[in-house]
Amino acid sequence: MPVLTDDVAGRADPRPAPGGTTAPRRRGWWTSRRRDQVAGLLFVTPQLVGTLLFVLLPLGLVVWYSLHEWNVLADTFDFVGTDNYRELVDDPKLPGVLRTTLFFSVGLVVFNLALALLLAVLLNQRLRGTVVFRTLFFSPVVVSLVAWTIVWGFLLQDNGGVNGVAGAVGLDGPNWLRGEWTALLSVIVVQVVKNVGLNMVLFLAALQGVPAELYEAARVEGASRWTQFRRITVPLISPTILLTSIITVVGALQVFAQIAVLTQGGPGTSTTVLVYYLYQQAFQFHQFGYGSTLSVLLFLIVLTLTIVQWRMRRKWVFHEQ
Amino acid sequence: MRKRLTAVVALAAMVGLTACGGGDSAGSDGPVSLRMTTWSANEAHLKLFNEIAAEYRSSHPNVAEIKFDPIPFESYTTTLTTQIAGGNPPDLAWVLENAAPDFVSSGALLPLDETLRKTDGYAFDELAPAATKLWQSDGKLYGYPFSTSPFGIFVNTDLVKASGAKSPAELIAADSWTWENAVATASAVNSRTGKAGLVVRDFDYKGWDNLSTIWTGWGAQAWSADGKTCGFNAAEMVDAMTFLHRAIFTAKALPGPGTAADFFAGEAGMTITQISRASLLEKQKFGWDLVPLPAGPKGDYSVIGQGGMGVLKKGKHADVAADFLAFLTNPANSAKLAQFFPPPRTPLLTAATLAKTNPLLKPEQLQSVVIDGIANGVVKPNHTGQAELSQAVRSALDPMWKADADVRAVLDGVCSAINPLLAK
Repeated sequence: MPVLTDDVAGRADPRPAPGGTTAPRRRGWWTSRRRDQVAGLLFVTPQLVGTLLFVLLPLGLVVWYSLHEWNVLADTFDFVGTDNYRELVDDPKLPGVLRTTLFFSVGLVVFNLALALLLAVLLNQRLRGTVVFRTLFFSPVVVSLVAWTIVWGFLLQDNGGVNGVAGAVGLDGPNWLRGEWTALLSVIVVQVVKNVGLNMVLFLAALQGVPAELYEAARVEGASRWTQFRRITVPLISPTILLTSIITVVGALQVFAQIAVLTQGGPGTSTTVLVYYLYQQAFQFHQFGYGSTLSVLLFLIVLTLTIVQWRMRRKWVFHEQ
Repeated sequence: MRKRLTAVVALAAMVGLTACGGGDSAGSDGPVSLRMTTWSANEAHLKLFNEIAAEYRSSHPNVAEIKFDPIPFESYTTTLTTQIAGGNPPDLAWVLENAAPDFVSSGALLPLDETLRKTDGYAFDELAPAATKLWQSDGKLYGYPFSTSPFGIFVNTDLVKASGAKSPAELIAADSWTWENAVATASAVNSRTGKAGLVVRDFDYKGWDNLSTIWTGWGAQAWSADGKTCGFNAAEMVDAMTFLHRAIFTAKALPGPGTAADFFAGEAGMTITQISRASLLEKQKFGWDLVPLPAGPKGDYSVIGQGGMGVLKKGKHADVAADFLAFLTNPANSAKLAQFFPPPRTPLLTAATLAKTNPLLKPEQLQSVVIDGIANGVVKPNHTGQAELSQAVRSALDPMWKADADVRAVLDGVCSAINPLLAK
């Protein structure tokens, strides 16, 4: 553990050490090194306790619950070993749910990152009004998620605002939330527009960190705009691309409120992603044991994807080479 | 260093666990605090409940507080279940009819017979058997059906008049208040005023159990009385659903999927809902009427929705809660509750009694919709494991809500989806 305060400062300071007692330096057990260690520990304790109680403990409990048949109403909690995991393998609905989750996540990540990067590049130009547009694209990030989704729910109705606009330009818009593919697309777009501003700001910061002389040199060499983007911009902002892609993938796998508000997993099961499915199993069908098993599956998927992305960074993230 | 870290972590965990467990240690000797979850946040409802609770507390000093805790209707059962799972069950809870089989059969609720019967002046035998049926298991009563509310049709008479179609009142007078004519009127409202014709409230192409207010007129049912056989692909259901499909997509008598219209905001000519919603009409500027459901091919019928009150066995003060429930639902308080919720007590079920507390409704409306409705009503579909069944039906019915749907094939699909669940 690194020493947080240096010894010289400790010696020069006659005031009492944290804890109220005068520090008996270099005598017995209470050395200044120990004092620093305790201070450091006290600083991280609130965070440590929080993580322990609200992250690690529930995580452990979910694994424990997944080994049980838990009927809340009947108040039974029986150990069933790996039964829930066998049910997971045999669950006829699960492949469809995983497929939907895959489509949703891939759609969301690709759409979100591409749009965020495009907006960031556009808004990185020295043009009049870019500040206004930056604010405009970022503002949905700070809007309450549920309020945002409810408003979109109205807009996407058959006789709602989106089709109203489409009608004004002579297009006959579909019934967005009632078609299988249009419902999935709607949820993706609503989520992308909500969060693209955050990735956009991260990309903007990264773009502004790319040295201008590199572009200058490239122009001298006769490189086109596209080549500059591909050979200079992308490699230099690749750490940010890694960061945003991890955040977005994890976020995509955890999407819930939008689906609960907009489609409730329908029509059919076309928008039932893994988180919504586990919510149904646990909280609507009262199968907390099986719901916990699905949570363990989700945890493993997120963990694997994050590890894979982290490992792959050596291959394509510029600063890691 | 490592040892000390372990000690700090262990200490923190202990502090945390003690904090979590603190709530459970309250003994039953001290002043008791009761909590009842409801799905109504209506001020008038809560005011009445609080008045009754205050009266109870004045004669029961051991009860320090009785709190009514409204939870949004859409997520009511889910939230209640989560509270129970989280070790924070309410002492008393309203239970919806579609959750009744699960709550009654699971053992989550305390049997009430003994407490209610031994309460002075309770008149237990006044409770109508038709009303208590759903709330019984093995001859014991697990929930008090405080609201047995029949479905009727509210009519926006201004819109119907503007459409030039025959009003339901005229059709009833001519003895031709049938589904065919009701849909014709709704269709006229839509085509001539641009407003929605008929809205099945709370259906919104998801809450399919509300469609039982229509298909019961064809003698159709979601599943057999014993809950084992799927009824969706029976001939009656196919006829009823074919009729409904045409009413939506051909006659445009009902707003299509993804189109919102609120009757109580003046956006629809008619709506099917429970009479307890009449309170929403108090401040409306449009003229309105309440009529029974139209006759189907099988004649007149009625459908009822129920709400029960139960005592959670896992609550900290189940006995005190049961005693309060007996007070809340005694004959005097039942009469007070009757202004909002049609009561299960037979002496209160007269047009004259109900008229006193339902000034918005005419005695003949109360007789035709409420009293006759409760006597002959079919309860909305309910089954153990309803949530999972309901979800399966909803997603299998989704392909029906397109103009070119093959109704029979969709209904066969519903049965394939729910047969494994019915067999459980």
